Amino acid sequence: MTHEPLLGGLSCTPKKRGDSILRPGGTNCGGCGMGIAFHMLERAVGERPIQMVIPACCAIVTPGQYPRSAYGVPVVAATFASAAAVASGLAGTAHMNNESTRVVCWAGDGGTFDIGMATLSAAAERDEDILYVCYDNEIYGNTGGQRSSATPIGAVTTTTPRGKTLRKKDIVEILAAHRVPYVASVSLAHPEDALRKMRMAIDMHGFRFLHVLSPCPTGWKSEPAEGIELVRLAVRSGLFPIYEVFDGTRTDINVEPDFAFDALQRYFALQNRFRSDACDLAALAEAIREDWARLRRRALEETTC
Amino acid sequence: MTIELLSANHAAAMAATLAGRANRGARGFGGGVYPITPQTECIEFLCKQEFEKGRIVRVESEHSAMAVCMGFALGGARSFTASSSNGLAYMTENVFAAAMYRLPIVMMAVNRTLGPPWNIWVDHGDTLALRDSGWLQFYCEDNQEVLDTILLAYRLAEDRRVHLPVMVCQDAFVLSHTMMQTDVPSQALVDQFLPPLDLPHRLRDTPVTVGGLDFPHETEVHRIQHEQAMRRVPAVYGEVAREFESVFGRKPAAPIVPYRADDAELLLISMGTTASTVRAAVDRARERGVRVGSVRLRMFRPFPSRELELALMHAQRIAILDRDISLGQGGILWTEARGAAPREALVQNYVLGLGGGDIRPEHILGIIDDLGRRVHAESPEIMEVAT
Repeated sequence: MTHEPLLGGLSCTPKKRGDSILRPGGTNCGGCGMGIAFHMLERAVGERPIQMVIPACCAIVTPGQYPRSAYGVPVVAATFASAAAVASGLAGTAHMNNESTRVVCWAGDGGTFDIGMATLSAAAERDEDILYVCYDNEIYGNTGGQRSSATPIGAVTTTTPRGKTLRKKDIVEILAAHRVPYVASVSLAHPEDALRKMRMAIDMHGFRFLHVLSPCPTGWKSEPAEGIELVRLAVRSGLFPIYEVFDGTRTDINVEPDFAFDALQRYFALQNRFRSDACDLAALAEAIREDWARLRRRALEETTC
Repeated sequence: MTIELLSANHAAAMAATLAGRANRGARGFGGGVYPITPQTECIEFLCKQEFEKGRIVRVESEHSAMAVCMGFALGGARSFTASSSNGLAYMTENVFAAAMYRLPIVMMAVNRTLGPPWNIWVDHGDTLALRDSGWLQFYCEDNQEVLDTILLAYRLAEDRRVHLPVMVCQDAFVLSHTMMQTDVPSQALVDQFLPPLDLPHRLRDTPVTVGGLDFPHETEVHRIQHEQAMRRVPAVYGEVAREFESVFGRKPAAPIVPYRADDAELLLISMGTTASTVRAAVDRARERGVRVGSVRLRMFRPFPSRELELALMHAQRIAILDRDISLGQGGILWTEARGAAPREALVQNYVLGLGGGDIRPEHILGIIDDLGRRVHAESPEIMEVAT
């Protein structure tokens, strides 16, 4: 036996001063948005003690094989649908013991939009003291690229070979409807706004939810170097609205899109996952306008009343 | 100690409350609860208790109930949940996970028939389906045993030689909703019996990843460690039972409970409350001169093969009574226990009381007659006892 495994599969690589949350040695694909999001979280967290709960998703393959781990903080690798519930127990224990530990769930769209939805909704309803970050690559990446309810219309996946015909679920609205203290969408192309949100969310109490659009060159069939540009185009075109909702009532729009049609066209053209015959961009642009009209009405109503 | 009139559901909740409070000097207590008939009164009772350092989380499913317990346990708290039947089936993924993480969670399981069609009465098939989950399993016969076994379960689960979760099973309605006089220990005695939990692999400041990726060799080693822990249980059980007796003044039942078995030529093996009926039938058959005895299996995981072999050593004819069925095979207790019978013994499986059918002494007397008359064993006898 080359080494003696520890109880319950406990992997540990000793931490050195200055180590980040995701240390060198991770197995992410080149250009993975999740790695960039981790670096932002790292800056936001600073010296605060955190514990992370990561359900089945790319982020649980990232740290590598037992007995080593590229994560520089304590992590529980949870079952697929359980992140928010395991985190509830961890946060509950920290509270009982008057510890300042912040508990962070870090989950993909599969574990958030699909299989973990009931668990997530329940933890939000209980207003658990958890920061839940969904890095959304709009696909089941770990299993080789199947559609999820976060997959956008027109995207070809291994389970939608002719392109998905349905629109993606609006996760920010769903979480905002729980009237939790804080829900926000996060653009990796707008680091100042992203960092402000992460900093605020890590220190707030009660349930906080961040939705990060996470480029996936492998699944999106795009250039690894163009991930940030893709997010910028998604924001500019209005496809990915950047806003935040406090207590389910106050809505602030953080980045104003220019709704340029060529931004939308370019967003689709730079990714080979979209089938041109499955994407009616004019219809999509119209749907985006309707969504934005609704979003603006709410943002306005809440500021005037 | 006080004698109280309690259902097994309330006895279980009482034991969990006492055990939870006993950890107030350490990391506290946490439970994840979700209702299901016939377990509901247990969690209702738990939700009414005050904890100096504890929290009961009202979750949205059994799957999350176990997940919350895993979170509490990974944070170092003592934890408890309860479920039954389809609730356990829904929880299954996390039942396995709790054992693989080596967490000392205790769960009370009320044995109820799996549906559909829906049936709320007793059947052992729900928890026996979890026999490979890596948990310890105990099957109780009365309410006192439920309370005592939950206290014992925490000592066993938290022992450094074990570090495994424990399932304490009891029969739907026959125990769960039946009031019995139950000796409830004082908090001071429970504090004495249950030392503060100090879980070595709970999350601290060090950057560990719990439950990450294993390759085949690591899994081999993890399974070997898990199995070794299981094999240490009987010895640890003996120690813990002696301490239980010295603190509480009553002796907990052994993993195997024989009754009039010493000179018996015919032996009936059963679990849970079936064993009470078997004992009554044994007494009646003995009056007619039949040399029959009973063996109740209280501990199902780890399976007490050695103890069972010793108990069956002199039996010529053995009936194994199952209140469960592995469809396409037969009784689960039979498939597990028959290997412990002497080679020359006749071993017959009787499956009875499925779906809560009322097992009466006459049914057992019929089995004793049938067993005595048999020329050889046949395929499992599936009986209809309900009227």
